[in-house]
Amino acid sequence: MLTEERRAFLTQRARQARALTLEAIYRVGRGHIGGTMSIAELLIALYDDVMRVDPSNPSWPERDRLVVSKGHAAPIVYAVLAMKGYFDPKLLDTLNANGTTLPSHCDMRKVPGIDMTAGSLGQGLSAAVGMALANQMDHRDSYVYAIVGDGESQEGQVWEAVMLAAQRKLEHLIVFVDDNGCQVDGFTGDILNMRPFDQKYRAFGWHAIYVEDGHSFDQILDAIHQAKQTPDRPHAIILNTVKAKHVPGAENTYQSHCFSLTREQLDNSLRNL
Amino acid sequence: MKALRDAFGDEILALGRENPNVYVVDCDIGKSCKTLEFARQLPQQHLNVGIAEQNAAGVSAGLATCGKIPFVSTYAAFGSMRMCEQIRQEICYPRLNVKIACSHGGLTPANDGASHQAIEDYGIMRTLPNMTILVPCDYYSCRSLIRAACQWDGPVYLRFTRDPVPFIYRESDQFEIGRARTVREGGDVAIIAAGAVMSLALQACDLLHSQGIEARLLDMHTVKPLDTAAVTAAIQEIGRVVTVEDHNIINGIGSAVCEVAAGLGRGVVKRMGVQDQFGESGPYFDLLEKNGVTAQSIADTARSLVTGEN
Repeated sequence: MLTEERRAFLTQRARQARALTLEAIYRVGRGHIGGTMSIAELLIALYDDVMRVDPSNPSWPERDRLVVSKGHAAPIVYAVLAMKGYFDPKLLDTLNANGTTLPSHCDMRKVPGIDMTAGSLGQGLSAAVGMALANQMDHRDSYVYAIVGDGESQEGQVWEAVMLAAQRKLEHLIVFVDDNGCQVDGFTGDILNMRPFDQKYRAFGWHAIYVEDGHSFDQILDAIHQAKQTPDRPHAIILNTVKAKHVPGAENTYQSHCFSLTREQLDNSLRNL
Repeated sequence: MKALRDAFGDEILALGRENPNVYVVDCDIGKSCKTLEFARQLPQQHLNVGIAEQNAAGVSAGLATCGKIPFVSTYAAFGSMRMCEQIRQEICYPRLNVKIACSHGGLTPANDGASHQAIEDYGIMRTLPNMTILVPCDYYSCRSLIRAACQWDGPVYLRFTRDPVPFIYRESDQFEIGRARTVREGGDVAIIAAGAVMSLALQACDLLHSQGIEARLLDMHTVKPLDTAAVTAAIQEIGRVVTVEDHNIINGIGSAVCEVAAGLGRGVVKRMGVQDQFGESGPYFDLLEKNGVTAQSIADTARSLVTGEN
């Protein structure tokens, strides 16, 4: 259980991550708002409370790693990395600009702290499995975390990776499914329903936890704690999230995947955070 | 005679013993890709992901980010196409140190037919930035180039043959990525070849010699980065070039040589290879013959360039 003070601190950090992200996307004119806002609490929980990382040494071999398979969430990952001191937050002003070191999708060669390049959906979990295998082979106790979208889970490669992780008993691999229920053209349930994720992962030999409120720090951290107590299996934490969380008028809409914010919407959102 | 997939089996085992970071990622065809001995002797450095090539590419990318040197082992048809986008996105774009080691290149899986033959593979790989492509022609050059690939920091696509091919080189010969090898010296016509058809090109040189025509034969084992200096020299000094490959004539070595010739604005290039048609089941050299690739036809093509007769 978090203390009141800690919960307030983390909540404030998520607010700041959302604000930095929305402002950066507003400057660009258009961007992936829905799927960045749905993982704000998860990223803050990971970077502020869970992950063993050293922002002054991003390639530290003993670090925990994060693969953001839904690479379009890059703007909020960059915001959190900047907040952690991986690079100057002023760089966020250059998001997507020609020549920027902060491109639209996660890029490990350009952004300190990004552990894997992403952008084409359904591929990140395989890389996370490779990292967890390398750690297992080298007897490192580091964890590998991956964030996978619910929509991208329609890609078959995700399930190839899921099967291999169970086969190799990758107990230091924790996957978060951002189950916000929306994909580009509609609601996931209307297009190709993937629910229930937890039962699917269990059927594939994983330890799976369903988190009722994917924006609750207490629930996210409790699930991670439970995962770490469970040996011999990889872990899937299904986060019931809200696409475009805290953006008035856009919450829980699939149209929020990628859109242009007006000045008024930005101001409303910042007030609403 | 020895198959290049055997060269892979032998060399990868030697490399794995020397360097614990060398890994083999199999896709359940270790038996025919000759990695079973590696798996038996070095189980901690071996992984069979099952029949799941896309995942094999992605897992290898993840391994590479942790300092491993993974060799994904599969057939060329699958290594270049089933996992193509994974190679582009997770290996070439982030420039990760993954080697795609493919047996059954070109028409060599002869009896298996079109589904298993890879006549497009290095043409596809050639268009991916950051990719290096190696197409060895015999057992010894293959072992040397596998070793060079292991030392090369970045993505490499290697293409081996299923069936035994004649020895061209000696065990002591060393090969360098990006530097073509002159197999025969001559000044009347240049033949630029790679892979299993090298022995046919050599026979063609002998046929031409008996007719008083001396051919320069280049082993273009590195398709990318192309040895443009060697190609340029052939065009500038000779001007008549025949390319020979077990690959579609579209986007293979012939195309790469034409790109250099076009840039120079001179030279005549005749491309020999698979005539933009799928393969079929049959003995390997019969399949090549159906595409007009025999020692005699190579010699005839070269001679016609020299004499100006068609």
